[in-house]
Amino acid sequence: MTTSAEAPHSASLLDHVEAINWNRMPDDKDGEVWNRLVNNFWLPEKVPVSNDVQSWNTLTEEEKTLTMRVFTGLTLLDTIQGTVGAVALIPHSLTQHEEAVMTNIAFMESVHAKSYSQIFSTLCSTREIDDAFRWSKENENLQRKAQIVMDYYHGDDGMKKRVASTILESFLFYSGFYLPMHWSSRAKLTNTADIIRLIIRDEAVHGYYIGYKYQRALEQETPERREELKAYTYDLLFELYENEVQYTSDLYDGVGLTEDVKKFLHYNANKALMNLGYEAMFPKEVTDVNPAILSALSPNADENHDFFSGSGSSYVIGKAVETEDEDWDF
Amino acid sequence: MKTSAPLIYFSSVSNNTHRFVEKLGLPEQSTARLPLRTKDETLEAAEPFVLILPTYGADGGKGSVPKQVIKFLNVESNRALLRGVIGAGNTNFHESYCIAGDIVAQKCGVPHLYRFELMGTDEDVSRVRQGLEEFWKQQSSLSAA
Repeated sequence: MTTSAEAPHSASLLDHVEAINWNRMPDDKDGEVWNRLVNNFWLPEKVPVSNDVQSWNTLTEEEKTLTMRVFTGLTLLDTIQGTVGAVALIPHSLTQHEEAVMTNIAFMESVHAKSYSQIFSTLCSTREIDDAFRWSKENENLQRKAQIVMDYYHGDDGMKKRVASTILESFLFYSGFYLPMHWSSRAKLTNTADIIRLIIRDEAVHGYYIGYKYQRALEQETPERREELKAYTYDLLFELYENEVQYTSDLYDGVGLTEDVKKFLHYNANKALMNLGYEAMFPKEVTDVNPAILSALSPNADENHDFFSGSGSSYVIGKAVETEDEDWDF
Repeated sequence: MKTSAPLIYFSSVSNNTHRFVEKLGLPEQSTARLPLRTKDETLEAAEPFVLILPTYGADGGKGSVPKQVIKFLNVESNRALLRGVIGAGNTNFHESYCIAGDIVAQKCGVPHLYRFELMGTDEDVSRVRQGLEEFWKQQSSLSAA
């Protein structure tokens, strides 16, 4: 036990359970996030990845190898988060409903991990797949990032587990997520990109929720401990960032994209910090993500949608949005 | 409760939007937060205002506008005083990024002035602070003309 905010043990399993009553919810956020996750549920089998076969064959051998390595790296992170990370947070939950939400998150991470295998089996040969998995086992920087996070998951400090988990969900994936967004911006592997966008959306909810619970638990900590955790967060993020730069270089130097990926890393590191309630660390000079990547991520994120920057002249009234929310009755 | 604040916002218990508004550093009476619970009585605007709202939910906009905001905008006099919206969200939601801001802007025929993510960066804060200042100048010259 580390704090009053934690469950009264640091074991890997809860030692006492009561029947969960969803009709009494101490924290409405649990119900809200549960519903959002359930509404977002998807399976990779619904996405026609086989339509990417032709596009896959237009990639060079080097680009194919890069793509497969990126996906095995992402598979590793999803596997960690599904089978260790989300589960390790359960005993530290502030409410029973949080425990239930974490089981949803754990399962969905396993769906994500499996979806990469579906992409592989559709696009690549068994030998190529095995080679990519072997690379992921042998790449020092990938293994190191997994090890850093795993060490915290095995520790006793629930607060530090939450920080590590939020950083994983909101930062560590993005050296990998960059590539399918890059292909998508060039109209390549667009169905694969659709799967990755579903994963990216889920990770946003996971990072938001775990970061939110961290902030709630932090309210019950002493000022000294809060300072310690804040310093720890920036230190861990920086340690992982430095490793991430090496990993990015291992992957992307050959295709000349390393510097572009780094901007995406900075941008997402800032978002990870914000999910934990902390101020952004990287200044705007190094977070200017390539507009093609940003637009592949979200078509509404560019400056054309900013009334303030164009003194209104370039402003176009938003495109028609169909809403069916029956509660919306003007 | 009546409010003359020119900036009205909703922020859930996550407080992301609340933090953004705090960072704007506006005088206390210039901002008003909508009640957290839908069953609580909503605010009644007395002066023209800009609304800041986060986006909930995901695909196709369904359930994206927080219920508390819907309740507030269901009051016709509040809609009549709405001059613009600022959306908060996360680009991870692809086409649904800040979609609640798009929905309200369209339904009420006002511009969606700006979008920011989570609790906003320093850059977002300074652009919104400056943008709002300009916007209110334009608005008052419009109403004077």
